[in-house]
Order: sequence, then structure tokens, then C-alpha cells
Amino acid sequence: MTTTVSAGALLAAGSIGFDYQAVIDQFWRLTVDGITYGSIYALVAVGYTLVYGVLRLINFAHSEIFMLGMFGQLIGLMIFGFTAGPDAYNQGVVLTVVYLGLAMVVGMLVSGSAAVGLERVAYRPLRRRGAKPLAFLITAIGMSFVLQEFVHFLLPKIDPDLGGANAQQPIQLVTPSVQFSFAGADVTNVAILIVVAAVVLALLTEILINRTKFGRGIRAVAQDPDTATLMGVSRERVIMLTFLIGGVLAGAAAMLYAVKIPPGIIYSGGFILGIKAFAAAVLGGIGNLRGALLGGLLLGVVEQYGQILLGIEWRDVVAFVVLVAVLMFRPTGILGESLGKARV
Amino acid sequence: MSTTTATPPASTPPAAETPPRAGLGDAIRTWWEGLSRPAQWAVGVPAIIALALLPLFPPSFLDTPNYNFGLVMAEFAMFALIAIGLNVVVGQAGLLDLGYVGFYAVGAYTVGLLTSPNSPWNQTDGGWLDPSWAWLACLPLAILVTAVSGLILGSPTLRLRGDYLAIVTLGFGEIVRLLADNLHELTNGSLGLSGVAYPHIGESEEKPNGVFSAGNTGDPDSANLLDRASYGTYWFWFGLAMVIIVLLIVGNLERSRVGRAWVAIREDEDAAEVMGVPAFKFKLWAFTIGAAIGGLSGAIYAGQVQFINPTGFNIINSMLFLCAVVIGGQGNKLGVIFGAFIIAYLPKRLTSVNLVDSESTGYLWLGVTVVVFVGLLVLWKFRGGQLLGWARTLTISAMVFTGVMSALLLGSVLLFRQGGAQSLGDLKYLYFGIALVVMMILRPQGLFPVRQKLLAYGRQVYQAVRRSTVGEPIGEGK
Repeated sequence: MTTTVSAGALLAAGSIGFDYQAVIDQFWRLTVDGITYGSIYALVAVGYTLVYGVLRLINFAHSEIFMLGMFGQLIGLMIFGFTAGPDAYNQGVVLTVVYLGLAMVVGMLVSGSAAVGLERVAYRPLRRRGAKPLAFLITAIGMSFVLQEFVHFLLPKIDPDLGGANAQQPIQLVTPSVQFSFAGADVTNVAILIVVAAVVLALLTEILINRTKFGRGIRAVAQDPDTATLMGVSRERVIMLTFLIGGVLAGAAAMLYAVKIPPGIIYSGGFILGIKAFAAAVLGGIGNLRGALLGGLLLGVVEQYGQILLGIEWRDVVAFVVLVAVLMFRPTGILGESLGKARV
Repeated sequence: MSTTTATPPASTPPAAETPPRAGLGDAIRTWWEGLSRPAQWAVGVPAIIALALLPLFPPSFLDTPNYNFGLVMAEFAMFALIAIGLNVVVGQAGLLDLGYVGFYAVGAYTVGLLTSPNSPWNQTDGGWLDPSWAWLACLPLAILVTAVSGLILGSPTLRLRGDYLAIVTLGFGEIVRLLADNLHELTNGSLGLSGVAYPHIGESEEKPNGVFSAGNTGDPDSANLLDRASYGTYWFWFGLAMVIIVLLIVGNLERSRVGRAWVAIREDEDAAEVMGVPAFKFKLWAFTIGAAIGGLSGAIYAGQVQFINPTGFNIINSMLFLCAVVIGGQGNKLGVIFGAFIIAYLPKRLTSVNLVDSESTGYLWLGVTVVVFVGLLVLWKFRGGQLLGWARTLTISAMVFTGVMSALLLGSVLLFRQGGAQSLGDLKYLYFGIALVVMMILRPQGLFPVRQKLLAYGRQVYQAVRRSTVGEPIGEGK
């Protein structure tokens, strides 16, 4: 009886669709959506890539830094007098952008200080002891647990409106509304906000890394820590700065993500996004700043095509398959892995 | 390298250095390794029997009032199997596998798909499996399927560097769960597969479905040990038997050429390759064997719970398994079993701990313990080097005690509800997270670290050395 049903036939029958016509029909809509998500992935991916470039360490707890940023921007909005509710405030373009910008700054502060604190508390003692790479990864997993459970259990004690087991009631400043259409794709104000903010931040980061004295220090340590130290670069300061930049960008990405997906603010909300951002960093070439930005955008777009092609429930699988495939066929990523050699 | 290593320590004769103190652990280890094989069995068998009888006569300080102690021990046996399997991969071959729960899921789903009435591949309903022995027949099948899946996952990914491998295996673990969630026709999606087969053994008038079915609640007043045991206890006994078999197999592997190759790869892969160890082949072996053990545990889980759904195989479980290995001591088989005990038992035990009667006294005690802990920490930081002997031991134990107490009190305060209930088991991830971080900083080798030892002919060598220098730890007397 059922033994004759082969796995392939069964999969083709229902669970996995293969609707390439839909992808062609909705190509531009998917691309716009993909670029919106991709901008967020790109900002988070920069955090992974910078830390990897400098320390050769996968900062597994970076997803929790992002999650803290989401709560940070929420706290920021609460400070400015907004309350959670089903309706959006819609106060006009200028006020909205100002408030979102301020909320983003609070998110950046929270994420940035959390990232620096994480480095101080967890990674620096390990570096002092010359621990093995696996010890760093296991510590990162431990910190990831601690930060999640902090938001899960401790935050509700401080403020009953925050944290806890359930997703946060969102504070919405804007309702997504279509601004203009482009080749049949509707571009919403939220998409414009996210992409513009991400581009500005990416440019600033690019300038910071490639044109300033701090950036030169980071690149020098990434290229050769010992020689950089001999040349008068403080390694500890560079490491702190690297975590700070990564954390600040994660905080900014967290604010953008909360605007895109208001009900996404939950203590466990960083995990999947963190893995995707890491996949993006690997896709572009981990340790390479421009690679992370490119990888983020590519992954966002590919994920959108994949989810229409195969069905929406396969969305996360697409990201994982991309990650595994890249690591197997081109482990150095599209642009190759080097922070030190990206630009002299 | 640095110049300090090159200069001979002429100024400080070796005798002046304080020898590394041989602790209780080392004494036991030396004693155990000096025993002959029959003597080891003579000690081991009564110890195992005592462990097996534990769920029948649970001591009050160990008992878990909110849970069936037999079931908790059965879970411990399953976790112990997982820890041994993961230890082969992480501890012995040095490959960080964050997706181990994927293999556990594959094993469980192999049994579930073949025996659950919800599955289209169900074979118990007129297929080639008879319900009375379906589970037992599926056990080797599950091991085989997971071993093959380990081979399939390992062959492309094991060429990757350590931290990349960790992330790829993490992705694999998540893909397995998402597959189980999304292939509705096959796995019934998030509703899961129910009515999974279990061993039908010992069927009688009172126990129509056998001793392994959930209907067997056991009779705590019975004098007959077999009647006294609930189904959890029977599963614990089965799991314990499996643990012993797997330990024997893995122990023999560890002492053989394979185990030596694993150690060589773990310590330095390039050097091992240069010395003629085919690193990739042995890494693949480690992965496959580890996967097979995980599959065995998954199959036992499926049989015991008789219901599987994707949420049981969340990626966070992978981290929990890793906690067991890291806390117990990577590479040490018995250490990781203790780690598994902590992971399985503590959350269940902590649910019935009520430390404080009211929230304010909780805060008070929390303040006291934290102040004492910080005070001891400062003392240790500035005067730690001057403490000797018992003062040192006392300070360390006081630090550990106050640290643990502050964590528990913090949890009690956080979860304090009206009526004084504090379900500290909910905080297990917080505690295990703190444990991982503290462990990696202070004791990266785990509670029971593995020691380098002679692998082939080790027993004979240790006995020979022991005979000439009775009473001295190995390596002390020359």
C-alpha cells in the first residue's frame, strides 16, 4: 500500500511547490521586498564580519545584541511618550522621521553598550587566557542564553510592560502606505525609510573603516595584529571599537526591523535573523565589509524569490541552504574574506 | 617563540616548585586505572546495580516531587546517550557540532514514520511490522538511518574549518526541524505523530500493554522490585543498558587506532595529516558514530513518549546537549554522563525548590549572598595567592556556594508568585548560560576534565608503573 509512495512523488504532490511563474510575475515586487529585508540583514552582517575580521571569532551572541536593540528602540519610543496600541500615530513625515531617528539612537546606545559589555565580560577574559576558538563560541552561546533570559525574566521585573514570554505590543509610528509604483512593484514609505537609512549607515561605516584613523587601526589589526601593535595601534581599543560599531549598526537594524515587522519584538526574536545575517556575511565573504553589505542584499532578494518559488514556509530553509551551499562551494564568499586588504 | 622558555630554569631547581596537588579526582582515577579488568567489573557492576535501583527507592534529597522520578531518570539515560555520542564528535574528534539535535530528530522520526498511525509510511497496520515487536525492529533501523544521514551531512561539510562547521551543522539541525514542520503529508506538520510504537514486554492482567506502556504506574508499596517499578523506571533500565553497551563500544574505539587518530586530529589536524592519519576519513567516522548514537537516543525518546512533534527538536536542545558535554568535561565519557545528569535532573529538581517565603526576604537574602560573594571575589583577587591549604579550599567552596545561592535566589525572586511558588526549572537556560560562560573562563576543561593517558596497552602500562611506585600518583615517581 503506502510503501509504493516514494518520497519524491510525495514532496512534489503538495509540501513543496515549484511555482516559477509566480516569481516571474511578481519579480519586481519581490525584488523591492528583498532589498528591504536585505538592507536589514546587511547592517547586522557588518557586526559579524568586523568582529570576524579582527578576532577570527564568530560572535554568536550578536543576534542577541540585535534583539536588545529592538527593546532599546521600544524603550526610546516609550520615553518620548508613545504607547503601544493597534493604531499608528502618523504625525507627518518630518516628525515621524525625527522620532524614529531618536528611537534609533536609543537602540544604537543599548546595542552598542551591550556589545562592548559582552566583549568585556565574556571575551576579554578568554583572550587573556589564550583560550581555544571553540571556547569563544561556547561562551558566546552561553551569553546568548543569558541575554535572552534576561529579557525573558528580568526585564518584566523592571518594567511590567517590557519583556516576558510573549511578543511585545508594538508602537507604530507609520502605517505602511504605497508612495509610488515601479515596474508594477509598490514601494511603501516603510521600504523607502529602511533602504535610505541602511544606505546612509552603510556609507558612514564604509567611510569610518576606510577613510579615518580609527578605520585604519581596525584594518591594520585585522591584517596583522602583532605588527599593528608594534606600530602603535592599541589592540584592545580596536577590538572595543569593532564591537561598538557592530553593536551600533545592529541597534539601527533593530529599529528598522521593528518598523518593518512590528510584532517581531520578542526575547527569542534575534536568533533566526542572526543566523541569516551570518549567512549573508559568509555569502559576501566573511571579514569583508563590502562583502557583508552585498551578501545581505543578495540573501534578502534570494530569500524572497525562494519563498514564492517553494512556498512561504520554506523561507528559513532557503537561507540555510544558501549558507551551506556557499560554505561548500566557495567558503571565502563572493568577494573573498579580508578586511585588511579591502582597501589600503 | 618567547625567550623565557629557552632559558633553562637553573635558578629554580625543580624540587623547589610546589608539585601540582593531586586531588581526590586524580586519586580515584589512579586507583581505577591500576585495577585489573575483573576488579574493575567487580566494582562497576554493584555500582550500576545501585544506580538502577535508585528510582525504586528514591532518597528524599534526590527525589523530584513534581515529576515521576523514574521518568526523570529515563530522561537522564537518554541524555547520557546523547552526551556520549556528542562527546565522540566534540570531545574526542574536536568537531563542534551545533546541530546534533538533528540526528536525534532523524532517529525519532524514523521510528515515528514507520509506526505511527498518522504517518503514510506506517507499517504496523498490515505492513511488514507487527505491533508487538515494531519498536524493537525500528531501533536498529533508526540507528542505520541516522548513521547514513551523518555520513551524508559529514562528507561535504567536514572539510570546513571548526567554526564554520559549527554554523553549518546548526543550519542542518534547523533544516531537519523545518522539514519535519513543513512536510505535512509525511510528518503531520506541527501536530506531530502520535501513537508511536513501544516495546510490548511483560504483558499481564494488571498491565495489559506491558511494563513499558504509560499505563504502568508502578506500585510503590510492593515488595517485588519488578512490580514496584513504573514504566519510567523500565525505560531507565533499558536506557542504562544501552548506555553501558555504547560505553563499551566507544571505550574500545577510544583505545583503538580510531581513537588515537581522533585525539591526533583534535590536537592538531595538520600535524596528524602529515604523520599519515587520514584526517577526513576519521572525522567522518566520528561524525557517523556520533550520529548513530544520537539516533538511538531519539528512537528511545520516540518510544517512551509515544508522540513526536517538531517543537521537541528545537535548536536550543542542541545547545543543551552541548552544555552537558562542556559542563561534564569534553572528552571524558563518565564526565559527560554526569553533565547529562545535571541537564536532565536539575531543571526537574529545581521546580520543587522553595527558597524564600516572601519576596522581600528573598531580596534580603539575595543582597546578603551577593555582598558575601563579591567580598570573597575581591579577597580572592587581591589575597588569593597567599591563601594556602584549607583556607584556600574554604574560600573557593564559599565562593561557589554563595555564587550558586545568589543565582538561585535571584531566580526565586524573579519567578516569585503569590503563594510562594517558585518554579526555578523555568530558568534552566539562564543557569546553563551562566554556567557555560563561567566554565569557559574559569575551568574550560569542564568539571571532570579528561587527562591525557596511554591508550593502547594502557592498562598493562599503568599496572606495571603502579607496582614499582605504590601509593604515588602516575608521573610523580620517576
